[in-house]
Amino acid sequence: MNDMPETPLLRVRDLIIEFATENGVVRAADKISFYVHENETIRLVGESGCGKTVTGLSILGLIPSPPGRIAGGSMKFMGRELVGLKDREMREIRGRDISMIFQEPMTALNPVFTIGNQMADVLMRHRGLTQRQARTAAIEMLAKVSIPVPGKRIDEYPHQLSGGMRQRVMIAMALSCDPKLLVADEPTTALDVTTQAQVLEQISKLQAEFRMSVVLITHDLGVVAETCRRAIVMYCGRIVENAAIDDLFTSPRHPYTKGLLDSIPRIRRHRLAELPIIPGRVPDLLHLPCGCRFAERCSRADALCAEQAPALVPAEKTSNLFACHHPVPEMPVERLS
Amino acid sequence: MNAQNHATLLDVRNLEKYFPVRGGIFQRVIAQVRAVDDVSFSIEKGRTLGLVGESGCGKSTLGRAVLRLHEPTGGRILVDGWDITGLRRNQLDEYRRRMQIIFQDPFASLSPRRTVAQIVREPLDVHRIGTPNERERRIIDLLADVGMGAEVRDRYPHEFSGGQRQRIGIARALALDPDFIVADEPVSALDVSVQSQVLNLIAGLKKKRGIAFLFISHDLAVIQHVSDEIGVMYLGRIVEQASVEDLYTEPKHPYTQALMSAIPVPDPAGKRSRIVLEGDVPSPMNPPGGCPFHTRCPQAEEICRRTAPLGVNIGSTENPHYVSCHLHA
Repeated sequence: MNDMPETPLLRVRDLIIEFATENGVVRAADKISFYVHENETIRLVGESGCGKTVTGLSILGLIPSPPGRIAGGSMKFMGRELVGLKDREMREIRGRDISMIFQEPMTALNPVFTIGNQMADVLMRHRGLTQRQARTAAIEMLAKVSIPVPGKRIDEYPHQLSGGMRQRVMIAMALSCDPKLLVADEPTTALDVTTQAQVLEQISKLQAEFRMSVVLITHDLGVVAETCRRAIVMYCGRIVENAAIDDLFTSPRHPYTKGLLDSIPRIRRHRLAELPIIPGRVPDLLHLPCGCRFAERCSRADALCAEQAPALVPAEKTSNLFACHHPVPEMPVERLS
Repeated sequence: MNAQNHATLLDVRNLEKYFPVRGGIFQRVIAQVRAVDDVSFSIEKGRTLGLVGESGCGKSTLGRAVLRLHEPTGGRILVDGWDITGLRRNQLDEYRRRMQIIFQDPFASLSPRRTVAQIVREPLDVHRIGTPNERERRIIDLLADVGMGAEVRDRYPHEFSGGQRQRIGIARALALDPDFIVADEPVSALDVSVQSQVLNLIAGLKKKRGIAFLFISHDLAVIQHVSDEIGVMYLGRIVEQASVEDLYTEPKHPYTQALMSAIPVPDPAGKRSRIVLEGDVPSPMNPPGGCPFHTRCPQAEEICRRTAPLGVNIGSTENPHYVSCHLHA
C-alpha cells in the first residue's frame, strides 16, 4: 500500500444516498468513504440490502431519481466532482471513462437490436467512429472476450446467446471505449459455476490488459478471494470493514465479516453437525437501531454497542479499517511469502 | 436398487421427460427436448439424495417429474414398490399427501393475498385433515417446528424476509407429515448468513422426522452438508452417483471434477489450478452424439465422440459408485 499514486482515480467521501418510500426516507448508503486507485480491483461485499449496488450505481450517476437522491458527500473521479453533475455531462463520462456491467445480462441488453447494433451505438457515440469502423471494432472486442466466431455472433440477437455468452457481450460493450473504471455489479451471480469461472478469469485478464480499475460488487466472498487486493464489507448501508484481502480472510476484525466468512457453505473434509450461522436477520432499514447496526446479531455486543455507533477507524499496525467497539482480536498472520 | 428392499421408499427407473418443440404453420412437433433422459435412482426411507448440476441440466424437471407435476414421457416411478406412473388423479392424491415440494423462490411460491396461517393450513384443508380446531393447533406446531412464533400467523408474506418466507414454505410442506420432500434449490435465493440457518433447519427436520429428501442444488458445497448420496446431472442424465464421502474425495467423472474445481474458494491462500471448461452446455434439443460431455471434456478421446458410455459401478455392492464415462469403463 506504499507505492500508491498521490491522487486516487476515484475518491468517495461521506456519500449518503437516500430513497423516499411510502413509509419514510430510507438511507441506503450512510457516509460511505473509500478510494479506488489506478489499475486496482476492489470489492464491495455484503448481503442484499446492504447498499453495495446503490453505491456502485451512484458512481455512474444512475440512482433513479426520484425516489432516490444523493443526499450528501462527494465523489471525485480524476479530480472532477461527480456529485451534482448535469445529466448531459454525466452521459459523456458514462460509457467512456466509467462503464458498468450488470448482474442480469438479459435485462441489460436490448432484445430487439442485434449485438452489433448495440455495440456500434456506444462506439459511434463516444469514439466518433463510422458505422463500418464501429462494426470492425465491435468484432475485435467480441474476439477479445473469447466469443467464438464473432463475425457471425455480431448479427445475432441477445436471446440467441447463452447466459455466459451474454455476460461476455456485456463486458465487451463496457470495455469498448477503453474506460478507466469498470463497475461490475454481481457479474457472475446469474451464471453457472463453470461459466462463472470463465467470466471471472476474463475480467481479471482484461483488467491487466486495459490497465483499468475495477469495482466488483458481490455477495459472494468466495469470488472475492479469487483475484482482488482489497475488499470493503458493507452492512446495512455502512462500511464495517475495509481491509487487504489476506488480512480480511486470515484475521477479520469485524464480527460481521467473521460471521459471514464462517457461514459460507464450503466443501469440507468432514461434515459438520451444524453449519455455523449468524443468528437473527438484517434489521429493517426504516427502523435501524441507533447504535451499531449489527449489535443485535452480534455475540460480542454490549451496552455501548446499543447506544453508540462505532466509527470506521484504522487498525493498530495496518492501514486496514474497521468499525467496531469490540473487534475480534487480531490473529497472528502467517504470511506465506 | 430393488423394490423388495424394505427400506426403499422411492425407486425411479429409466425415467424420461421429453418436451415437444413445435414449429411451422401446422405447429407440428419438429424436435424433442430431452430434459430428463433415462434416469434411474432410488432413495431409502429417511435418506437424502442430492442432485447437482448446472442450469438446464434437467434437475428441476426431474424433481417435478418424480412428483408427477410434470407427466413423465417414459420410465417408471415406484413408491414403496407400487408403480404410481399410471395412476389417475384421484388415486394419486394419497401419494401426493406423502410427497411434498419446497420451491426455490420464496417470493413466487407463496400467495401474496393469503396470511401465513392460510398458507400453512391449505394442504390440511385440501386433504380434509382434522377438525378446524385441530388444524389451528397444527398450524402453531408447524410454525414452531420451523422456528417461528404464533404471532406471525395473521401476517402476509410481503412482511417477511427471504429466509423467513422459505421457513413458511417449509412449514407448508410439512403440514401433511410427508415422508418424502423434493427441495428444489431451497436456499439459492437466500443471503449467505441466512442460507446456513435454513440448511440447518432442513438437516434437523430430516433427522427428527425421518423425512427422505431429493435435494436439488447447483452448489456442491450446499449439497454436501445435507446429502447422504449425490447424483451429478449433465444434459438430462446422471453421469455420476456415489455416497457423499466417495464423491467428494474421489470424483471420477471429468465433469464432476470440473464442477468441484470451479467453486470459488473463500481463502486467498487456497487458490488452486482450476479446470476451466471450454464453451457452454450444448442444447438439450440437439445433444451431441456419443458422450454428451465430450464437447467440453478436457480428456475426451475418439471413442467418446462415437458411443455414449454406459453407467458402471466402480464401487462395491454395499457402497456403489456409478460413473458413465469411457475412462472408467
